[in-house]
Amino acid sequence: MIRIEQLRCQREGRTVIDAVSLHVAAGEVVGVLGANGAGKSSLLAAVAGDLPLNGGTITLAGQPITRLRQRQLARQRTLLPQTSALEFDLPVPEVVAMGAYPFDELTAMQIEQLVSTTLTRADASELATRHYAGLSGGEQQRVQFARVLLQTLAACQVNGNAVLLLDEPTGSLDPRHQHGLLASVRALAQEQGIAVLVVLHDVNLAARWCDRLLLLKAGREVAQGAPQAVLQAETLCAVYDMPARVLVDPDEPGRLLVLFG
Amino acid sequence: MRSVKNLDLIAPLRRPAITATCTALAIVLALLMLIASSSGTVAIPWSALPRALFSAPVTSDEQLWQSILRDVRLPRVIFAALCGGGLAVAGATMQALFRNPLAEPGLVGISAGGALGAVSAIVFGASSFGLIAIAAFAGSLFALFAAWQIGRRSRAVAGLLLAGVAINAICGSLTALCTWQATDAQLRSLTFWNLGSLAGSNWLLLALLGPWTLIVSALLLREWRGMNALLLGEREAGHLGFAIRPLQRRLIVLVALLVGPLVAACGTIAFIGLVVPHIVRLTLGARHQLLLPASLLSGAIALVLADWAARMLAIPSEIPVGIVTSLAGGPFFLWLLARWSKA
Repeated sequence: MIRIEQLRCQREGRTVIDAVSLHVAAGEVVGVLGANGAGKSSLLAAVAGDLPLNGGTITLAGQPITRLRQRQLARQRTLLPQTSALEFDLPVPEVVAMGAYPFDELTAMQIEQLVSTTLTRADASELATRHYAGLSGGEQQRVQFARVLLQTLAACQVNGNAVLLLDEPTGSLDPRHQHGLLASVRALAQEQGIAVLVVLHDVNLAARWCDRLLLLKAGREVAQGAPQAVLQAETLCAVYDMPARVLVDPDEPGRLLVLFG
Repeated sequence: MRSVKNLDLIAPLRRPAITATCTALAIVLALLMLIASSSGTVAIPWSALPRALFSAPVTSDEQLWQSILRDVRLPRVIFAALCGGGLAVAGATMQALFRNPLAEPGLVGISAGGALGAVSAIVFGASSFGLIAIAAFAGSLFALFAAWQIGRRSRAVAGLLLAGVAINAICGSLTALCTWQATDAQLRSLTFWNLGSLAGSNWLLLALLGPWTLIVSALLLREWRGMNALLLGEREAGHLGFAIRPLQRRLIVLVALLVGPLVAACGTIAFIGLVVPHIVRLTLGARHQLLLPASLLSGAIALVLADWAARMLAIPSEIPVGIVTSLAGGPFFLWLLARWSKA
């Protein structure tokens, strides 16, 4: 679904992504890890079509993104930003329904159905009667997640596939909702064949919910592969510039625990 | 996980709810237009309205009423509705475009440029309404164009805003210079443009302005999705498939095409473009599929009401309507803000 080949990007003359290649298949969840300024958000911005490419190619479902227009992109890939402010207040269902804007072919009934489905999937159905401005940061994030999910599911209905990009989606969430959001993303990815690229700061969350991980440092790939393969103490030390230990959960041998410091 | 079983939660977003609100506003507007056209220096009894409007007059009273109604009041009331509606839709659009509740069409120099065009035409000796109106329209478009050219150097719409402030100041001082130079006779017609007046209304003007205003407003109403998406920010609106620069360009050009001719025809009428969308947003919410049509109708209601007051308060003379809108709009706005910050 997502094919990134030898990608190179610059911001204000500085190279932020250098020779990164990554494939994400339909139904796969790939996590991007790295310290601040490692190029994680730039990678996401490049795949979203926000950042011009200085070298290499990115294709979504076989089409180079440089050839896709804004609207075609919106019907193919969706992005959940780190934070979203709303200038004037709107009811929560209205914010979620914005995810249907790129899809004129959806009927009002279908949109309503999608709004209630995605609010449930985002564990935000109790917010449906509220207004956006009155919500806490974490609640707003869940509503935005529902909006992005709606766009993703609509893309699946129309094209049969979709690309979902998440930029630190768990930043303002409590532990239950962090796991709930990533569990919901993973279940949907497998169910609908969605390719997911997610930037995470929490290595343990990444180890738990991602099929594969890409570790970046200063815009370059340090390691790529299954969590068990790439989450090694030395690799993590190199990526985050601080001592790290990787333990195996004594109760569940398949799970890794990463400790820093 | 609980699920949203009740789809009624989403009912307020549905089209029938929007249609019902707009129908109610349209009925209020129609009633108000009837009241406004029946009253004035010569009061026309309600019972005589249908005959005066639709059938041939019998008595001399009826003849007088019919000519007042058909030649003076109706065009004026319709003109007020058009101007008010157009200004309010333009204001709602500007507020969405700049993501700021204080934005209004005058912000980017459209009104000040129009006034400068009109005032300089008068001072340089133009006396016909048509010539002055054309100068006003040219002035408003030129001011917007200048603000746009200067503002586009910066990436965000904030650049346009800052350029607008400068253009407004320049137009304002040039208008003041023209006013200072003007003769006493010219001064009287200058106040018409500076304070705003609907006295220039006639059927020919309406035949030109009516379809134009309605078509451009309809084109703006069609952009409600883009305006909703802009509330999330430019980047997010882009991710929802809106090409941001073309969208912004389209909105600003439509606002200019809507407001330019209105400024040319009725001068600068303050506060309608700022206060009306704000009141509608506070009472009905910020969803543009409702905000835009409701602003159109509420703006029409507000200006018909203001013009009625302007005619009635100083019988047999009349107050410039721009003074009434500022005088009533300002305190009303303050009261509303105070009430809302308490709630």
